[in-house]
Amino acid sequence: MTKRNVTVASHLILGLLVVVTAFSCKGGTQKSNQDVAISDFVTEDDIFDDIDKAKKIFYSLPSPLETAMLIKSAGAEYDEELLNSLDHVSQYTTNKAMALNLGIYTTDLSFASLFDQTQASINYMTAARTMAEGLDISDAIDNQTMERLESNLQKRDVVMDIISETFLNSSSYLKENERQDVAAIVLVGGWIEGLYLATKLVGTSDIKNNKLVDRILEQKLSFNIVQRMLEDNKQKATGETNEDIVEMIAQLQQLKKSFDKVVVETTESQSVAGEAGGVTTIKSKTTVTVTPEDFREIQNVVDQLRTSFIQ
Amino acid sequence: MRRTYHLIALIFVLALVNLDASAQCKGFAKKICKLELIPYIHDGNYHAAILTEGEEAELYKTFYSGQSYRLVVCGSDALPDIEFKVIDAYKNVLYDNTQHSLERVWDFEVEASQQLKIMVRVPTSNTQSEYPISGCVAIMFGFKDTTK
Repeated sequence: MTKRNVTVASHLILGLLVVVTAFSCKGGTQKSNQDVAISDFVTEDDIFDDIDKAKKIFYSLPSPLETAMLIKSAGAEYDEELLNSLDHVSQYTTNKAMALNLGIYTTDLSFASLFDQTQASINYMTAARTMAEGLDISDAIDNQTMERLESNLQKRDVVMDIISETFLNSSSYLKENERQDVAAIVLVGGWIEGLYLATKLVGTSDIKNNKLVDRILEQKLSFNIVQRMLEDNKQKATGETNEDIVEMIAQLQQLKKSFDKVVVETTESQSVAGEAGGVTTIKSKTTVTVTPEDFREIQNVVDQLRTSFIQ
Repeated sequence: MRRTYHLIALIFVLALVNLDASAQCKGFAKKICKLELIPYIHDGNYHAAILTEGEEAELYKTFYSGQSYRLVVCGSDALPDIEFKVIDAYKNVLYDNTQHSLERVWDFEVEASQQLKIMVRVPTSNTQSEYPISGCVAIMFGFKDTTK
């Protein structure tokens, strides 16, 4: 073998190793350097203290369907006026706007369907489909999905299954096509829409003993995941910086400042197994503290953020 | 030189196998794993990756009080049964499926909203093989409709 051949072969091997390693290590995250607080409680950051040797790290946000369920189970009422207008569909032409509003319309769709709003469910599924098509997610919501939805509108379980499947189709398609960054934007859009609906539904009500307020404040825990997920996806699969995500991180800074004023403390958990292998209960206590002024600030910040997302 | 070409070919094949496996992962999660969530409603999120024996993955998620959840961790046929643990912020192990015959499914509810970590590990296979075994591992969550 000549020296030149050895060099060419070495470069090829190195290149292929890089390809294999890229497939193998995507999503790896460095260990957090945060110190663990020595107290009876831990805070929302402590769970991340051990991120170290795992090959793959997943950050899971409440999906649009789960978000809508959390809002409704907290006693919220349906108000169609709060949903993103269907007239806005044609104005979303950039990847960022379409991804954000795919999440937003899917949360609106989930919210409408949980309240058995049949016509709104069809309309918001159509809006979500337009966003998905704009993002070249070919098989997320097809004619068959629409037909299945229309013929099962009275069966809430089936409708929820359809919504769950369409969201799974979009997110799996994006992740398997090296577009995790877009999938992250979709999730954040849906999560902000849930936060928006919840904060609007609270309105000027007293925040004491208000279950919906508790749900909103508990989102501080998920906000932590939002930040980590966006940081992890700042770089596209091609290695370029995703400017949309950089911009979103900046947009979310004010919400971070507002959530920083909320104190969420959780005691140690204890797992109590159900009878005959049934449902296990995880017993613990979480304390959430906020002043009325700081809660109103969160409401305003979420409103501004959501307005900027739907424009 | 011949050895070098063989090595290049092997690495190339491994890369292609990895690509193909990645595409199959989506189908595996949707058509096989998701069924194990029934009667819970799948939340719609997709968390799946190709892992090789001995490798680990972690998932971070907030769980909300008053909700009932089902967690399913499943691996493709080529892989040995997947091990998983659920851990709280104090590093307490709340569930370890190695203590429950490597069950793929765990049903639970949380009294207070909190973040939990799911640690997943592909154990080393007992079968003799020249190369480490890889396959798809999916982590899926379902919840109950508490609003009916």
